[in-house]
Amino acid sequence: MSGEEKEYDVVSHSFPKVDGEALAKGRKVFLDDIENSTDLVASILTSPFAHAQIVDLDTTKAEKVPGVESILHYGNVPRVPHTTAGQGYPEPSPYDAYIFDDRVRFVGDRVAAVAGTSWEAVQEGLQAIEVEYKELDPILDPDRSRQSEIRIHPEEDSTGIYDPEKNIAAHVDIEVGDAGAALADADVVVTAKCKTQFAQHAPIEPHIATAHVDEYDRLIIRTSTQVPFHVRRIVSQVVGVPIKKIRVIKPRVGGAFGVKQEILLEDLVSLFALRTGKKVKMRLSREEEFVSSRTRHPMEVEVELGASKDGRLKGIRMEALSNTGAYGTHSLTVLSNVGSKTLPLYNEAPDVHFYGDAVYTNMPVPGAYRGYGAPQGYYSLEVAMDKLAEEVGMDPIEIRKINHIQEEETSPIFEKLGEGKEGTVQYIHSCKLDECIDVGAERIRWGERGSIKEAHDTEDKARGFGMSINMQGSGIPLVDLAAARLKLNEDGSFNLFVGATDLGTGSDTVLAQIAAETLGVDLDNIVVYSSDTDFTPFDSGAYASSTTYVSGNAVKKVAEDVKSQIIDLAATQYGADSKDLEIEEGRIHTPGGTIDLSDFAILTTSGELELDQQQIEATASEVPAESPPPFAAHFVDLEVDKRTGEIEILKYVAAVDCGTAINPNLAEGQMEGAIVNGIGYALTEEMEFSNSGEMINPSFFDYKIPNTEDIPEVEVILVESEEPTGPHGAKSVGEIGIDGAIPAISNAVRDATGITITESPFTPEKVWKKLQEAK
Amino acid sequence: MELEFTVNGREYVQDVPPDTRLIDFLREDLNLTSVKEGCGVGECGSCTVLVDGKSILSCLTYMPEIDGKEVLTLEGITDGDELHPLQQAFIDTGGVQCGFCTPGFIMVALELLNENPDPTRDEIRKWIEGNICRCTGYRKIVDAIELAARWMREGQEAVEA
Repeated sequence: MSGEEKEYDVVSHSFPKVDGEALAKGRKVFLDDIENSTDLVASILTSPFAHAQIVDLDTTKAEKVPGVESILHYGNVPRVPHTTAGQGYPEPSPYDAYIFDDRVRFVGDRVAAVAGTSWEAVQEGLQAIEVEYKELDPILDPDRSRQSEIRIHPEEDSTGIYDPEKNIAAHVDIEVGDAGAALADADVVVTAKCKTQFAQHAPIEPHIATAHVDEYDRLIIRTSTQVPFHVRRIVSQVVGVPIKKIRVIKPRVGGAFGVKQEILLEDLVSLFALRTGKKVKMRLSREEEFVSSRTRHPMEVEVELGASKDGRLKGIRMEALSNTGAYGTHSLTVLSNVGSKTLPLYNEAPDVHFYGDAVYTNMPVPGAYRGYGAPQGYYSLEVAMDKLAEEVGMDPIEIRKINHIQEEETSPIFEKLGEGKEGTVQYIHSCKLDECIDVGAERIRWGERGSIKEAHDTEDKARGFGMSINMQGSGIPLVDLAAARLKLNEDGSFNLFVGATDLGTGSDTVLAQIAAETLGVDLDNIVVYSSDTDFTPFDSGAYASSTTYVSGNAVKKVAEDVKSQIIDLAATQYGADSKDLEIEEGRIHTPGGTIDLSDFAILTTSGELELDQQQIEATASEVPAESPPPFAAHFVDLEVDKRTGEIEILKYVAAVDCGTAINPNLAEGQMEGAIVNGIGYALTEEMEFSNSGEMINPSFFDYKIPNTEDIPEVEVILVESEEPTGPHGAKSVGEIGIDGAIPAISNAVRDATGITITESPFTPEKVWKKLQEAK
Repeated sequence: MELEFTVNGREYVQDVPPDTRLIDFLREDLNLTSVKEGCGVGECGSCTVLVDGKSILSCLTYMPEIDGKEVLTLEGITDGDELHPLQQAFIDTGGVQCGFCTPGFIMVALELLNENPDPTRDEIRKWIEGNICRCTGYRKIVDAIELAARWMREGQEAVEA
């Protein structure tokens, strides 16, 4: 099905972002710029203890601080069990969170919040709140937590927790065939057990939200979010205002990566606005963003592979232990994705067992983070694949090629394991993974790596090459809903209204391109308006690699509908048959001649039309039946300094099959950004904690995100396929780029030195220690 | 404390509390909101502006430090509404993704191109190392600065010819 070359006018072209000029000019498009000054500002008092009961909370002194106008705490807000996860209703995450509780569960947990007329007044007010804590034993380790008598969620009103007695938030256990028997029968068995760390999203714009009550008593929330519709629903749920009274507007978002798929400030700004009648702004400082927002689930994943002597996989066992911190937001779904986004890749193995727990601890709260469990799964899986290759004497590339999924094939995992529940049957319609592997191998000079290593290896430095392959998905099948509305204006332009949420990714541009291509008009005739719950139709939000594929299909559908309305009306007007009409490059071609869409559009609203004038418009919904995976191959060429344990990446190449790249430049941008984020995750990025569970490096100085001097330029190659179920052949590409770096780098270090680094990040200290052990 | 300075070519003689950070003065008093606060402690570069042609972090700079000096923000790098070559290049190459860090990158790139109109890619990468971008992976930002440098040199040659 793939391989067909299609000619596109708008799609498959690298148009500049539709919001590019506003951003490059630094115009007021971010929330802190739009709402540069509000009546009130507010901040949160957070817990200094990892685990404690609040015995008493006294706000008497704080109330007297000049400028302080409102204080919120567990004693004066509704107690509504909910999840902060911005997921589709009903959410697969436990309802274990409260606006405020009389118990705090991690250093950084909410204790109270103060709104006042200035940041200084708010700070003074926060400091004046007197809190008496009764410290409880903190549990920082997930395995200890499962066996502990101490319960992190003893409250009786939480729901959806898998086993509150054992602090297990979520549990997954699925088996296809009999993996135990397959492993016992296999000629070769290898295992890998790898551990990942707490890591942060670190969008450069921290969380920010404002709220006010308008002239009609409606609550207007502006927030830098990935999920405006879920924000509206969850604020309604916890604050007790009906959905019809709430409007949520998303401005431009300064990066998100999953951390803005959480409701972190919106409930509080809403309560303050309702109580004071004033406009309130809250924003997290960088330190608060690190300590109190969300992180990536640290995990320990063990993979056991069984194969025949010729390297064909017979069975896979994968066990995951996920640390979900103080709350279970995304605990089940991220855990599920560790298996569901990795195991179908190797469908050669008929027998597969995946199981694991997501366990509460008194640590910061992991949530959604680009990749969503897949990077943790791929680390162990791809390290194990390299061990298997060595064991059976095959090239790492060849062993992957004979085991990975191909076009028109399926995996039973697709049906067994979805996002926190059963999945859906799915066949692969487009897969150019072999081409990705081949082009990546060529660029990294895989075939010459033996001689390159020989030429460069010294007593102190060892050169190594490594690779990994990955798949992700394109949205959540039969769960996501995306809708789009399109209306024709008198000049032949169109307003495109989408609930879909551009986080800076360029999705407004991509969706406009899909509309323009489908309609047969220029891109500049599509005016996009996105993510305003009063004016745009529903969209689940920007997560799970859903926007290009799911929202894109909604846009394609609505554009087809509007196009056929235009054609039908024009056919009647000009006495022709609809099937003989076509719209191309903004002109309607009829058997009797050609008319500019702009000339016809003005007729549709004027008395000049022989028929009734009318607003041509439509709304379309898309619920995806499938989630076609994008595929990628990552390659790295690096050098390990054996004296210091330092890893220097010399070259990094990744090739990706994302179907048709609707905007190749933006697709590359998604990959390049995700890869660099992935390299940071592999080498330097780690939230570090004291023995009492306090993060000790909450700054960019101590939490090291790659800059231009830390890494070389990554090279991305788009290997296009044609996904028949996608809009103009497209699949999504937002997450997959982050899956490959950890295993590819680990495999390259092994190639260079013989040691297997099983714990990220690969700091010089860890590498050096392993090298000493191996001596 | 009375200070005299210019911002984007306009002169100010103003009484400013000496503990006022430059970023707050620019954003709140002058409404120049291209200047972004990404960390507040000088580690991300999003608040970069030029003072007498040199890039500084406005979140670490207090108002007395700009007494008698010229401040330039992104709002002031062109007259009127036209795009500076750097802005156009950031748009064209995809150097802008979410755009939050973009003003800081453009300001630091402007300083570079004023000093070195023909930098190599390595020189560009070295120069911008103090600025963090979480979206692009930097490649397209380097592309943008390289492209703008070429346009500016060609424009200069055209003027000289």
